[in-house]
Amino acid sequence: MSGPAAGLTPSQTVGPFFAIALPWPDGPQVVPEGTPGAIVIAGRVTDGAGDPVPDAVIETWQAARDGGFGHPDDPRGAAGGTEEAEAARFRGFGRCPTGPDGGYRIVTLRPAALPSGDGRTEAPHLDVSVFARGLLDRLVTRIYFPDEEAANAADPVLAALAASADRDRRATLIAAPDGGGGFRFDIRLQGDRETVFFDV
Amino acid sequence: MTASAAGSFPLRPYLRPDRVHPPLDYPPYRSSQLRAPRQPLVLLPHRLTEVTGPLLGEDRVRPGDADLTGQHAGEPQGERIIVAGRVLDGDGHPVARSLIEIWQTNAAGRYRHDGDQHQAPLDENFTGLGRCLTDDEGRYRFVTVKPGAYPWRNHRNAWRPAHIHFSLFGQAFAQRLVTQMYFPGDPLLPLDPVLGSVPDAAARDRLVARFDIGLTEPEWALGYSWDIVLRGRGAAPFEPGGDGR
Repeated sequence: MSGPAAGLTPSQTVGPFFAIALPWPDGPQVVPEGTPGAIVIAGRVTDGAGDPVPDAVIETWQAARDGGFGHPDDPRGAAGGTEEAEAARFRGFGRCPTGPDGGYRIVTLRPAALPSGDGRTEAPHLDVSVFARGLLDRLVTRIYFPDEEAANAADPVLAALAASADRDRRATLIAAPDGGGGFRFDIRLQGDRETVFFDV
Repeated sequence: MTASAAGSFPLRPYLRPDRVHPPLDYPPYRSSQLRAPRQPLVLLPHRLTEVTGPLLGEDRVRPGDADLTGQHAGEPQGERIIVAGRVLDGDGHPVARSLIEIWQTNAAGRYRHDGDQHQAPLDENFTGLGRCLTDDEGRYRFVTVKPGAYPWRNHRNAWRPAHIHFSLFGQAFAQRLVTQMYFPGDPLLPLDPVLGSVPDAAARDRLVARFDIGLTEPEWALGYSWDIVLRGRGAAPFEPGGDGR
């Protein structure tokens, strides 16, 4: 191999016909409906004209309520503290195709704050991938919670945004309360109040 | 330990590839015009959420999912093929026990999807969905039929070259990849803006499978080899007999 990037396989669009393969009946349930403490995170994906994007698929990845990922590359240990009984029902991963109105809906548990590895603390968040026709590579964003103001203020990712020219766009990463104990998180691919997307 | 404890620990970030992936804003691909963000991407350092990822296992794969020709009462029409290869990371380590999902048209170039209005026949014996887990050496293998080319409305007389969609998870959120595999010798390859969106010619070539007479099974099916390389972390090169990670 001549260099670190040598040989990597490039991304291509998911296209309009992924529904043959990617939707799972239980995809949107990071935990089963009715799990104690379960919340709904829902929203719409819209394009640069403000129109719904009915052919996107949203994926989420997050820590458990106790901060565990149950993953061998977690430097804190593979178990990461995930409680066994909860881990049996908690996948950490959610997947939901958007509907005709651009809407998606995920049922999950609130994640814990996480150590950043350098002595700081990341506020509770979900990593989000957006795939759609028209997107040659996935888009990555994050969902943060509106009732975690102190944690959000100390979060290294949000703090870096607040200190940058993108400070006005920080708000696009904070979900809104939906009035029923859940949260609304809209994803604007382009234009007015465009969601912050990350180079991951 | 409590996960909220502040403290220092090493995180092994993934390398950031240069000129491998397509730009999001690529005008020849018309669908990108209203969907590609206009603002620059914001750098996200890799921390716990990015260096971990879903490790989806056997419960996502049913017996027979890797044979797209055996999912119905009869055999699908078309040229039976074997598509196989390895999933590796950029350091040469196999990506073991990792979920791959594929989807494709039938041999006539028609997807089993309500949104596909191409005037080509559906095949009652072909869905076009496959799944498998890589083995301990990162190997995968599908049996399917060769997909067809089909017209689309990107520009006048636009045709997608035959391709198979692949979805891969790797071991980490940072490694997630959705891509497409193409077939060697297809005259549509140089005309396709989706393949053409990849800026580097050598990287485009890596999306094209290789005809493999060694993988071809006599009296039964042609073989195509295609290896997939996900991001690595610049770790020490893989040594046989090592821990495989």
